[in-house]
Amino acid sequence: MRLVIRQDFEAVSYHVAKYVKERIREFAPTASKPFVLGLPTGSSPIGVYRNLVKFHQAGELSFQHIITFNMDEYVGLPRDHPESYHSFMWSNLFKHVDILPENVHILDGNATDLDLECQRYEEKIAAVGGIELFLGGIGPDGHIAFNEPGSSLNSRTRVKTLAYDTIVANARFFDNDITKVPNLALTVGVATVMDAREVCIIITGAHKALALAKCIEEGVNHMWTVSAIQLHPRGMVVCDEDATLELHVKTVNYFKSIEKVHEQLIGSDNVGLQGGVRSWRGNAESTYHQ
Amino acid sequence: MLQYPITLQTHNFISSPASPEPDTPIPENLTKVTKIVNCKILRDHKIIEKDAIWIQDGKIIDPHKFFWYQKRLPDEVLDAEGLLVAPGFIEAQINGAFGVDFSLPLDHDKYEKGLLKVSRGLLKYGTTSYCPTIVSSSSSVYHKVLSHLKPRAGSAKTGATVLGAHVEGPFINKARHGAHELGVLQASAHNGYKDFKNVYGFEGETPEAQKKLSEEDLNCVKIITCAPELDGVMGTIPDLVKAGITVSVGHSMANISQAEKAVINGATFITHLFNAMPQFHHRDPGVIGLLGSRFDLPRPYYGLICDGIHVHPNSIKIAYDSHPKGAILVTDAMSAMGLLPGSYQLGNMSVTKEDDRVYIEGTDTLAGSVITLDECIRNFIKFTHCSVIEALEAVTLHPASLLGIQESKGVIKPGADADLVFLSDDLFVRRVFVAGEEVDLKAIDAEIIKQF
Repeated sequence: MRLVIRQDFEAVSYHVAKYVKERIREFAPTASKPFVLGLPTGSSPIGVYRNLVKFHQAGELSFQHIITFNMDEYVGLPRDHPESYHSFMWSNLFKHVDILPENVHILDGNATDLDLECQRYEEKIAAVGGIELFLGGIGPDGHIAFNEPGSSLNSRTRVKTLAYDTIVANARFFDNDITKVPNLALTVGVATVMDAREVCIIITGAHKALALAKCIEEGVNHMWTVSAIQLHPRGMVVCDEDATLELHVKTVNYFKSIEKVHEQLIGSDNVGLQGGVRSWRGNAESTYHQ
Repeated sequence: MLQYPITLQTHNFISSPASPEPDTPIPENLTKVTKIVNCKILRDHKIIEKDAIWIQDGKIIDPHKFFWYQKRLPDEVLDAEGLLVAPGFIEAQINGAFGVDFSLPLDHDKYEKGLLKVSRGLLKYGTTSYCPTIVSSSSSVYHKVLSHLKPRAGSAKTGATVLGAHVEGPFINKARHGAHELGVLQASAHNGYKDFKNVYGFEGETPEAQKKLSEEDLNCVKIITCAPELDGVMGTIPDLVKAGITVSVGHSMANISQAEKAVINGATFITHLFNAMPQFHHRDPGVIGLLGSRFDLPRPYYGLICDGIHVHPNSIKIAYDSHPKGAILVTDAMSAMGLLPGSYQLGNMSVTKEDDRVYIEGTDTLAGSVITLDECIRNFIKFTHCSVIEALEAVTLHPASLLGIQESKGVIKPGADADLVFLSDDLFVRRVFVAGEEVDLKAIDAEIIKQF
């Protein structure tokens, strides 16, 4: 797993957006080989989306051959409700870019058969060849998507009951009326996310510090569902300085030193996007992947 | 300690709606969708950049719904090149233009041709909806002319939308007749609604019947200007409002209490404030004093002829400062508006038109107003130092609210008609759209020059 530490929220957002842009550029998607991206909602990815829109407006990134799958959606909320995740994705990303509407997939919280909807979602992901890069954020309780503590680390897309704390926290978006807040949601499972070929989690802010520490320094634990990333061959966490407040100094120093080695000793041009070293002294031709 | 309440809502999946949700209307057909980008949009009292306007079937649509339900990209993307996009302007008082006089009863075809000429010509100045104004006339003239002025939708080819007529008079005060003919004025309305019905030729026998016609867009009268102090008029105002007509106080000698009573009875507009009414007097402010009223009802809207001639710029600023949200800019233009400078014979009057004013031939007497609505906007900003947003709202949102059409005209929001004006930064009209289609302004120019 790579832990990339940046100064603040803006720097983290820029890094992740640039990473996504470079990955897509390297992949060179076409109509027959689209880039499948998994997308989160919430406060963590807003900066990333802002930067992606900027790249698009500068002509550096096209969404024409990108297929997206969102992580979750509330049950029973109309699609155009200002708090639905459809509205979130529309106003933060899709409105400003050239993505094709048929390439956008978000779970439908108003389907007549919710279990079938979840099953079909999994099938849709498989049909496009699986997700290439899944972005995500975490909650203060270490949950990814709506996989709250206690969710099976092998879970797939399903209906979840929201924790009472989550409902209370969300009441502020629904006129402070707790009966108006949706109490069920459709969410991708932990295993669905980990099935992606690469996972990138965005963790910013001091209130996420404990969750980050539990997910990285302690064991794989269903109480902190993001810890499943420890078993992913290509996991990456991008965080800001505030989120490292609960980590051991040793951990932070270690990951910062790796970046320093990349930059100063190997040369950042030499380091591939996913961490592999392109060439090293001795043999200029060969490539060596970690 | 958290208390778990019992009343959390549970969902019954079998009865929950199948997507898409029932309340949101979805166009079934695959008609063309246009997206206008690279523009500054006047919306919600702000100028918004980095957003786009989406049009389908002549109306503005919500792109959010379009994306999720119709699941396709726009068919056409127009680049506004950074221009300011405002709703099409709404003109509440115009007596004629381009040599056409609405109050002149011609035979059917000639009148229609004249109406078409004005409807098309007004697009040049950004006006996409208007109320053709008829000065005080005899009832035979009204019966002939008003039948042409039922509301009719506009289009890029046939020009601006006709919202219905503004009948200025004849129930006005002789002492403030302005340029109206004294002989056709009505001194009173003892029979209330019946008198109005007989003079104008309303089809509805009762106010309720007329209201039904209004709702079906068959009511030819949209605004009535009258003097509330005349016998019988004050009591008829509620009936006229019930009939779906906007009542305006004008050409009147009303004192402040009569004017306020008119507003309490339902009048919502003041016709060309300052003109054809008593001067402001500090102990009896008269109709002008309505701008200082403090009753529970909102203060009425007021029309301003913003040519700097009919009203002194300082007076405009005073009115605006006292009631900015009520300002509606009007031209009150007469038939010489829009003509190139020269001498013309208009009806039984010979006039000399210069660029921005028109004189009775051989004299120094102004024959009326020939200002255009976009020039009014530029003057308004000059005279009052208001913001561009406020000046534009005075010709879009405010007249639309006055006439009760603010859901479809005078605003840029989903469901509204796609009547748009593209303005340069100094507020000159560059491009015009009516019902979502672009207007060929060059062709209109050529037409006008050709015919005179």
